[in-house]
Amino acid sequence: MPIRFEVNGKAVSVDVEARTTLADCLRHHLRLTGTHVGCEHGVCGACTVLVDGDAVRSCLMLAAQAEGSKVVTVEGLSNDDALTPLQASFRKHHALQCGFCTPGMITTAHALLSEEPDCDADRVRDVLSGNICRCTGYISIVEAVLDARAAYKDKESRR
Amino acid sequence: MKLPPLEYACPATLSEAIALLAAHDGDAKAIAGGQSLMPMLAFRMAAPTLLVDLRKLPELKEIRITADGVGLGAMVRWRDIEDDERLASAHPLLQAAVAHVAHYQIRNRGTIGGSVAHADPAAEIPGIVVTCEARIAVTGKSGAREIAAAEFFLGPMMTVLAPDEIITEIRFPAWPVRRRWGFEEFSRRRGDFALAGAAVFYDQDAGGKASNVHVGVIGVGDRPRRLPEVEAVLNGRAVDAATIERAAEITSATVDAQDDIHAGAAYRRSLAGTMVERALTRAAG
Repeated sequence: MPIRFEVNGKAVSVDVEARTTLADCLRHHLRLTGTHVGCEHGVCGACTVLVDGDAVRSCLMLAAQAEGSKVVTVEGLSNDDALTPLQASFRKHHALQCGFCTPGMITTAHALLSEEPDCDADRVRDVLSGNICRCTGYISIVEAVLDARAAYKDKESRR
Repeated sequence: MKLPPLEYACPATLSEAIALLAAHDGDAKAIAGGQSLMPMLAFRMAAPTLLVDLRKLPELKEIRITADGVGLGAMVRWRDIEDDERLASAHPLLQAAVAHVAHYQIRNRGTIGGSVAHADPAAEIPGIVVTCEARIAVTGKSGAREIAAAEFFLGPMMTVLAPDEIITEIRFPAWPVRRRWGFEEFSRRRGDFALAGAAVFYDQDAGGKASNVHVGVIGVGDRPRRLPEVEAVLNGRAVDAATIERAAEITSATVDAQDDIHAGAAYRRSLAGTMVERALTRAAG
């Protein structure tokens, strides 16, 4: 079935099977492989993307349900010239090891900091509880997100 | 796993959605936020031939607060309940319970109607709906009806909803300002399903005696349920340390818990008692 939506600021049109999840549509049809697919049933958070500004699990959504929406993936949060403040903070705090969970951590943290730049460590832990890091590097991830808050206070959104 | 092959429809009216469900005779399923149904499809525990998406039905997204109570459209998301400042006084127990539902990303899509239709025995909102004697408004091919929460849930993932019926609204009775309440649950990790949980509320007279006591539990048994035996020992008495202890004992002795991979039955019975104890302590405090 044909679907039209916006990805990272660009209008796209794809033809997918109705059963295709948004995650698979992004990876296979749009070649945006930054969105990782871990568990495929909504527990690991690796596939988190923003749909109309909200962080959601793209494996728990049909591509068809994104019709008419604005989707932002991890690719849409960065540019090739320099690290964003959130990415730089992840690097500074060694907040990634194997990197598999990182796209989901970044998209989730971006959504959180865009809405709540004053959040405390407890809130960051609460929100990131929906993302599993199998290397178990949570402490440095929480530190990286907390350290990136300042950049979001200056600017309401860095999307 | 990938989802089974299926078709997808996104009707613009409720009657069209019902007609689609009716035409597929039990083989079609309504999808709201999809946060329970999509995993069921991925595990191939559900394999409908058609998904009927309810996202274009704005009438299902309203939160109505009136003198009669709180009406939550079936497509109201956890996030919407969390963000609605009116609910802090219009239904604080509901808002407190919703704070325990799932994780951040799921809360952005999961809906109250979806959770009630899914009927997980450990889920918070079916428990709140039963404890608060809410009514579930549904519409199907033969018209609209309202079902009492106590009659809605039949067992794990089983309800009285007919294949062509769609939940339209969950209706909570009005909440008096001075009502005392508590919600407690225990899960291994924040946002996970509760191993056991309890919702309580009561009204208190000038002499400090409790009346209209409602005690409900989740995560123990095959569906959320109230505990009339526990309510009976609290009604007409002051909710103090002694009555709370008695209520917890009766809870542990009354609930029908089963062993499963997450916890043993004896542990769950004990935990349910502890949850009732904590919820009552919070209500009385």
